[in-house]
Amino acid sequence: MNVIEVRGLRKSYASLEAVRGIDLSITKGEIFSLLGPNGAGKTTTVEILEGFRTRDAGEVKVLGFDPATQGRASREWRNRIGIVLQSTSDAGDLTVSETISHFSGYYSNPRNPEEVIAAVGLEDKSKDLIRNLSGGQRRRLDVALGIIGNPELLFLDEPTTGFDPEARRAFWSLIDGLRNDGTTIVLTTHYLDEAEALADRVAVINHGQIIEVSTPKQLGGRSTSKALVQWRDNDEIKSEETENPTALVSTLTTQFSGEIPELSITRPSLEDIYLKMIGRADE
Amino acid sequence: MSKIPGALNLGLRRGILEIKQFTRQRESVVFTLLFPLILLAIFGSVFKDTIAPGVTFSQYFVAGMVASGLVNSGFQQLAITIPMERDYGSLKRLRGTPMPVASYFIGKALLVFVSMILQVILLLAGGYFFFGLNMPTDISKWFTFTWLIILGTASSTVLGIAFSTVPKSGRGASAVVSPVVIVLQFFSGVFFIFTQLPSWMQQVAAIFPLKWLTQGMRSVFLPDSFAASEVAKSWETGRTFLILIIWLVVGFFISLRTFKWSRD
Repeated sequence: MNVIEVRGLRKSYASLEAVRGIDLSITKGEIFSLLGPNGAGKTTTVEILEGFRTRDAGEVKVLGFDPATQGRASREWRNRIGIVLQSTSDAGDLTVSETISHFSGYYSNPRNPEEVIAAVGLEDKSKDLIRNLSGGQRRRLDVALGIIGNPELLFLDEPTTGFDPEARRAFWSLIDGLRNDGTTIVLTTHYLDEAEALADRVAVINHGQIIEVSTPKQLGGRSTSKALVQWRDNDEIKSEETENPTALVSTLTTQFSGEIPELSITRPSLEDIYLKMIGRADE
Repeated sequence: MSKIPGALNLGLRRGILEIKQFTRQRESVVFTLLFPLILLAIFGSVFKDTIAPGVTFSQYFVAGMVASGLVNSGFQQLAITIPMERDYGSLKRLRGTPMPVASYFIGKALLVFVSMILQVILLLAGGYFFFGLNMPTDISKWFTFTWLIILGTASSTVLGIAFSTVPKSGRGASAVVSPVVIVLQFFSGVFFIFTQLPSWMQQVAAIFPLKWLTQGMRSVFLPDSFAASEVAKSWETGRTFLILIIWLVVGFFISLRTFKWSRD
């Protein structure tokens, strides 16, 4: 059974149709990334899945449960999911360790608070008040609170905003570790390299609809797209898009004696493909 | 799989956490706990008259301050801090956990109760040692005092939670909530002798719980002979109890129905 199953999801705010018929199936143990520009319907979709928002139409099952349900059953369901929201900024009068231990008490089968603190790299800060943490450290605390309940399903909303490159790499290996434990993860992010590094599959949303669902390697025909070959001929930079870059390069080697000046062969990055996709959808 | 923790258990844990957070905000601790004492010092120094045989204004005023303390540390405090928690995103984060809303309410009630107890101890001790406050000696008066504190805390808590949806933002909350409380204090006979207020003010005040809490506290701190000087010529203890219960129940249902975890 799929961890998340969505059919024909719709949601409007006043005159704006934020989500216009979305279908999604997310399987157990995968990292699924939602990409899309601001206002594309990404946040609305995720908040419906998280049970923060109601929907107008469509079927939604998350861990076999309708997130719109209230009451006791909803508590049992929340016990099985973890949510890392976009940054929270409370007064921070508690220490890292007090906060994490307290939240662990909400769940039936929590992870060990000390292990979680270590997993997000806050061991040295565990006795510090939250108000004295840096932005990146606060974000790691947010992640710690998302995983303390030992969730089967984890929602990550822009998890690495404000991280320095080193902290992002450390965070990625943390997420990799969760994947290895079998946690299913729904990741929304603006960073295409993050989606590429982590996601098994990505979905691109624009104007309230899903344009494509694919692996990062294959999205938008990326794996079969043309390569761009560039070189310098005297003072002029020449470039050519081709399906057979090897053939082109061997032709070039006959034209130049020795090195081909400033030769490069590039394939479109996930970001190039993504921008093309949402650009096309804009037309 | 083990069971998820019960609502009451989590409520106690939340209460401990709320109190811990409160004690770490030094400015607000000092302000909340000492402010009633400062007011007593000011009023006690300005008004030295005796308003009835054996009743000084300070004595009358202490009853009002204890009652206002219930409104301040419950209603006012919560209606200001909850919108702030909402703006910070802390409430939305809690909403994403299995913790039930009832536990959140219980935690707030415990915070209000504990800060109320500390405030009352300071006020009464200060009043006793510096302003010649007479303590009730009759055990039945302390019994009335106890249920007034408990009912007052509970209704003030739920009404504060209910009112927390009124301010549009955390920053503006104080400007919305404080005038309501101050006007109520004037109307309910906290700063003036209630029977000397215009009758329309008395009638407006009679709708709200603060007037009844104040009158109830007078029945604790003033001699029974003073009951004859009240509007109804009696302490109206039964009526006070009933009106507080009604506000508690109404406030409880409103707060359950209207409570908002996030701004939008």
